[in-house]
Formats: sequence, C-alpha cells, structure tokens
Amino acid sequence: MSEHTPNAGTTATTPPPTTTTTTTDTTPTWRRILSGSVGRNLGLVLALLVLVIVGAITAPDTFTSVSNILTILRQASIIGVISIGMTLVIIAGGIDLSVGSVMGLASVAATIAAVQDLADQLHWVVMIIIALAVGLGAGLINGIVIAYGKVVAFMATLAMLVAARGLAEILAERRTLQVGDRDFIRTLNLDILGVDILIWIFAIVAALGWILLNRTTFGRRTIAIGGNREAARLAGINVKQHTMWLYAIAGLCAGIAAVMILGRTTAGTSTHGQLYELDAIAAVVVGGTLLIGGRGTITGTVFGVLIFATLTNVFVQNNLTSSVQAVAKGIIIVVAVLLQQRFAKPTGRG
Amino acid sequence: MLKVDHEPALLSVKGVTKSFAGVRALRGVDLDVLPGEVHCVLGQNGAGKSTLIKTLAGVHRPDEGEISWQGEAVEIPTPDAAIELGIATMYQELDVVDGLTIAENIFLGHEISRGGFTKRSEAARQTRELLRRLGHSNLSPHTEVGTLSAANKQIVSMARALSHDIKLIIMDEPSAVLDGEEVKNLFHVVNELTTAGIAVVYITHRLEEIRQIGDRITVLKDGRTTATGLPVADTPTTELIRLMTGRDLANVFPPAVTIPEGAPTVLEVNSLGLTGVFDDVSFTVRAGEIIGLAGLVGSGRSEILETVYGARKATTGTVKVAGTPLRRGSVVAAVNAGIGLSPEERKSQGLVLDEPIYVNVTLSSVSRFAKAGFLDERAERKATRDQIDALELRPADPDRPAMTLSGGNQQKILLARWLVHGTRVLLLDEPTRGVDVGARAEIYTLIRRLAAAGNAIVIVSSEIEEVLGLADTVLVIADGHILQTLPASHIDEHGVLDLVMKGTAA
Repeated sequence: MSEHTPNAGTTATTPPPTTTTTTTDTTPTWRRILSGSVGRNLGLVLALLVLVIVGAITAPDTFTSVSNILTILRQASIIGVISIGMTLVIIAGGIDLSVGSVMGLASVAATIAAVQDLADQLHWVVMIIIALAVGLGAGLINGIVIAYGKVVAFMATLAMLVAARGLAEILAERRTLQVGDRDFIRTLNLDILGVDILIWIFAIVAALGWILLNRTTFGRRTIAIGGNREAARLAGINVKQHTMWLYAIAGLCAGIAAVMILGRTTAGTSTHGQLYELDAIAAVVVGGTLLIGGRGTITGTVFGVLIFATLTNVFVQNNLTSSVQAVAKGIIIVVAVLLQQRFAKPTGRG
Repeated sequence: MLKVDHEPALLSVKGVTKSFAGVRALRGVDLDVLPGEVHCVLGQNGAGKSTLIKTLAGVHRPDEGEISWQGEAVEIPTPDAAIELGIATMYQELDVVDGLTIAENIFLGHEISRGGFTKRSEAARQTRELLRRLGHSNLSPHTEVGTLSAANKQIVSMARALSHDIKLIIMDEPSAVLDGEEVKNLFHVVNELTTAGIAVVYITHRLEEIRQIGDRITVLKDGRTTATGLPVADTPTTELIRLMTGRDLANVFPPAVTIPEGAPTVLEVNSLGLTGVFDDVSFTVRAGEIIGLAGLVGSGRSEILETVYGARKATTGTVKVAGTPLRRGSVVAAVNAGIGLSPEERKSQGLVLDEPIYVNVTLSSVSRFAKAGFLDERAERKATRDQIDALELRPADPDRPAMTLSGGNQQKILLARWLVHGTRVLLLDEPTRGVDVGARAEIYTLIRRLAAAGNAIVIVSSEIEEVLGLADTVLVIADGHILQTLPASHIDEHGVLDLVMKGTAA
C-alpha cells in the first residue's frame, strides 16, 4: 500500500527554492486543481446545467422566466440555510437529524410569543430573537449531549428530533398559529433589488458559512476534527467544546430557517420542517461532502440545494407528481455518491 | 548476486516489474523460495516489498517477468488463483472479521456446509485441529475475533491460510503489532509451519528478527533485488544495511552533549499514577536533557507519556512545567504550558492525513496564524517552509498532503508542529516506528539538536538500543513501576533486559 519514493534524506534532492514569497500562496499543480473544490464542483455545475437545459426544453415558456428562477431560489433558500449548518456538522464527522424538528419548534415558540396578550407591546424582532434562541438552545443541548455526554450524534439528534417535534405539538396544541404581526410578514416578504429577502438570507448564511469554514481557525479545526479526531485532540484542540459549538451552529441555522418559513407561510405549526433533515443531508452529500467527515465544501452544498430545487421545479412545470420527483431524487443521490467515490479520491499515492 | 540452489525452488520470481501510473514500483525483482524455508525479504519503506507481496498474492499483475511455481510458469490473476496454487498471504492490516467467531473467520468463503446450511460442529472440530497445530489449543473456535489480541488475530489469519492446502505463506511484517513475548510465540509457530514443509516468506525491516528466524535473505532496494539467497548465518548486519540503503551506516547516534550545570528543570513529574496501569512515577527533565523510558510493551511507558500530556487523566500525582502544576487530564493545558507529544501511532493519532503538510504543521498553533479568528494561510505556509528547510523535510512543498510522505518525513511534520508552537517539553513516543533505517539517523540528529536548543525531551521506544543511544538518563520500567534511574552510559541492552525480567518476575 504505502510505497513511497524513498528520497527521504538523500543528499541528492535539492529543495525547489520556493522562496518567491511575493507570489500568492498556492502553487497548485493541475491535478490539485482538478481534485480540489473547483474540479469537484465542476460536476455539480454540469448537473445543474443539464437540469436547466431539460427545464428550458420541456417548459420553454415558463421555466426560464425571471419569476420562475426566483421561485426556485426561494424554494431552495430555507432548506439551504439548514444545509449550511449541516455541512459544518458533517465535515466534522457528525450528523444532525434534529434540524427539521427544531425548526418546527422554533416556529411554534416564536408565534406563541406573538399571539400572547402582551404581543401588542412586543416588537416583531422579539419573535425573531425567540426563534433563533430556541434553535441555538436546542443545538447547544445536542452539542452538550454529544460532546460531553459522549452519546453518538445519530442517537442524540434522533432523540432531539422526536422530543422537539413533541414539544412543538404540546405548545401549539396541534393547531396552526397565525402570525398576527403585519410588519413581520411584510419585512420577510420584502424584496431587495428585485430579489426576495429569503434568498438574500440564504446567500448571506452561505457566505458566512463559507468564510467560517475556509478562512477561520474554527473552520480549520472543524476539518481537522473530521479528518482525524484523535490527532486533533492530541494537537491540543479542545475537541469537545468545538463539537458543542458545531451543533449549536446547526441549531441556529434551524432557528433562522424557522423565521424564514414564518415569513413565507405566515403561520407557525409543529409540522414545519418535517423531513428537512433528510433533504439537507442529501444536498450536503450530493454537494461532495464526505459523510465520514474531513472533507467538504459550502459551495458544493449550495449546488446540491440548487440541484434539488431545480429538479422539483422542472417536475412541477411538467405536471409530474411528487412521487415521481421522489424517485428521481433517490436516483440522483445514489448517482452522486457513486460519482463521488470514483472521483473524490485524489490524494492518493505521490 | 549470490545464489545457492541445490533444491528445486518452490517459487521462483525472475525479472518482475510493475508500474503504477508511470511510477515504477518494481524494476526487476528476482527471488527463489525453497520448500520449507523461511525466506526473509528486507527493504526500506518504498523498496517495493508490498508491491511484491501483492503481485504474488494475485492482487497486482506484473508488467514483465516470470513467476514459476514448482518449476512451471504460472499466472496469478486473482487472489483466489493464489490460494488455488497454495500461496496464502497475511497482510499487515489483518483481514479478519471482528464480528465473527474464530471458526467462522477461518472458513469464511469456503464454509463447510450441506445444502446451504453450515455444519458448525464440523467447522469447530477442524478449527480446533488447526489451532492445535499452531500451538494455540487454548483458543475456542466460538470466541468472537473482535475480542482477541492482535497476536491471536494473527493466529486466526494463519489458521485460515492452513485451512486451505497451502505450501507457502507470505507474512507482511507480522511482528509490527506484537510485543516481545508474542513475537517469540510467532517464531514458534513459524517453526511449526516450516517443519511441516511449508515455506514462509517473511517481510520485515527488523534486522534482529532475521537472525532468529530466517534461513535466507533477499534484499530489495528501489524496486530491485540487490541480493538474493544470502544465507542468514554468514551475512553480517553491516552488509545488510549497506545493501538496503546503498551506503554504510557508521555512527547512527549523534554524540551526547554535556548539559550545562545551571540548566533549569523544565518538567517535573511527581508520584504520578494511573490506577491499574502505573503508579508512583517521578522524574525530572532539565532543559537540554533527553530522558528515555525503557521497558517492554505493556510496561506502561506509552501510558506514562500520555498521562504526563493529559491525554489520560492521572489518578494521583502532579506534573509541573517550569514550576507550574498542570490541570489533570487536559491536553489543552499541557499544550498551553509548552508540552508537545508525538504519539505512538503517527497516522491514526498524529496526522490529518488528507490535509496538506502546512495544515498539519500549524494544527496546534492555528490561532497564532489568525487575526480575530481569520487565518493567514500565507503566514502558515511561510512558517511551514521555514521548518521544511530546517528539518530537511521532503517533499519541500507545504501543500503536499501528509498522506503522501514517508514515515520519516511524517515524523518531521510532528516535530515541526511543536517547533512552530514553541514547546519546551517534547514527548516522543516511538519516534522512529515505521521510519526506514536510512532516515532514522536523521531523526536522531534532529532530536539531539532539539535538546541542544534547550528542550526537555522524553522518549519512549520499543527498541532499547535507541533509548540507550539517544538518552542521557534512562528510566527502566516494568509493570508500571520505575525500577531504576541511571545514566544511559552506565547500562547496555542486556543490562536493561535483565532488570526488566527481574522486575516483571517480582
């Protein structure tokens, strides 16, 4: 297996003098480029392109219209925000099954605050704060149970999935709670430069996620923990604390998604976000993030989300049922993972 | 090339070459294996040992050359074909299934069955017989393999080989995962096999083992056979090293230096204990001093290092760095105080293999390369390049994934990590495990240099010679106790072993 060219320590090898510190950092070979994020995302761009072409051919009048494209993006936005948090958790080698339920719970908690008697005195920003706090809190609980309680992430978040949904039902008494605050609804349905605020939120969360992963010590440590948890621990990284914050971020993203869905549906209900966790995981994996952790990109996830949203749209445009959609989704997931296994193993032998 | 051939060879390999995507792994390998002999194949990492094994096991097909089996030219297109011929292979990463019992593992793929139903009692009977042949009748066929030690898993793997009609077993560094007693046992089993007429190809880079077990030696270097059929009895070690590395190895260990009189005590370990593993361990290390822990596997040496480092939580005692006590069981505290550990298992405990060299080098000090949490990768690469130059790390490219480096260079990544972090205490667990002979001397020189720069160093190694050669002071350990603390120059390998044997018996 690990046969390396034995040039270690021999005197003949002169180091290539890479002392040209003025040039910008990377000196990547073509192989590195292709195996890097650009190369991996290339396949996703192509997949998306194919879907767009199929859409444009099968529904030429409607598909390519600006309003339809905005519809696609709007539909992608909520699951997209959840997927960004999910990406970070999965890169670190974890999983969060609870995001959909937490989103439902946060939506219910926020609307209840708004329909209480004292709602009149509250500014609608409080609703947002409550949704975010519920998401963050649930995420923190996940994180603490996983990191410090040493419960497997799958089980801990499965428990949260069940419990958060149940709590949401208790709070909502199984009713749909209308959001009375007009300003809140109006704000979340604003458009800025002709683009819905929901899409902007997704874009901002994705950008922040990208920066967090690629440009900060937090992101570096996330990748290291996913790549080799024990090595990260022995290098002096506080793995437990870091893990806790990762789930907190995933929960916060679910809170943001709750605010978004309140804006879109104008109501909070315990059924919000059902099965979103699976859609998010699918988008993350299709986007090229390894489920075992250590490798993944935010850009890939954004593409993954867009691919599924576009697929849904193409099917709706062609009046195909959601059942057919589900089958197609399944096939795409399998194909994506198969392709990933073929091409995403670049760091092989030197 | 020396050759001794009286008997007809069981296996004969001539001029075999193999390339992978343009990289020539084998450039012409010759090898004759006689029936019932132990044929040792020696070579540094990268010499082509693994590729050769896989070629014989039917995993790779050679590009050129000829393989003959019992005098006839053969092709070995698949692993099944190899077994069909009578060649079994025991890989380093044992291919046993943890969730199955010993008997189930042995007959995996060729279950004894009738009409699709496995005959468990018959399989158990045959398993008992095989285990008895291997001198391990104490193992039950119904034991789950996951509960066995590495040594016993090897026995299962061997029993599986014997369950086929086998004439040759290839063993890929079987002693790498065993301790002293288990190695003796392994040698015993190997003798049993050869007595029964089965030939063994024994791959290793431990020269001392060859003396104990081998009949003849083949040496590989850079994918070529440099010598074959050397009789073990009259080939001197220096000759073997020359054949393996292509040069003479005169002085492996750099000379010790005298520690200045007033050198401050940096690390102070006081009656440290970990219930059931070791207790009452006390020692001090001064700046510039190298302390070596000598003892057998299982004596508690690695655990002592890990506990000093906080990776295990001490039950008693204290660790002080420059007079300040550390919080128990906290790696973060240890690292902040300036302790660095290079762990025993470099790949699974030390490195993020997929990530580039620079990420691995700055792993412990990323926050220093960041402003308000934002990374400055240019600074990271520059710091890494400085270390690459200082440590002669190859390839000299900070962006190369750690996975693609040789063992010696991976070790240098870990040293670089702590140099960048700025440690005062370095704990080195098996610093040359998996490092080939040629690169070892380099690592030794580096360690000595780090000490001379004022670091306090503690090393653990299963090679007693290494501990004695590097350390200024040696702590002899057995059964979790320090038996004796003495200057390295006052004791030799036999002295240590004598102490250890007495200590273990007591």
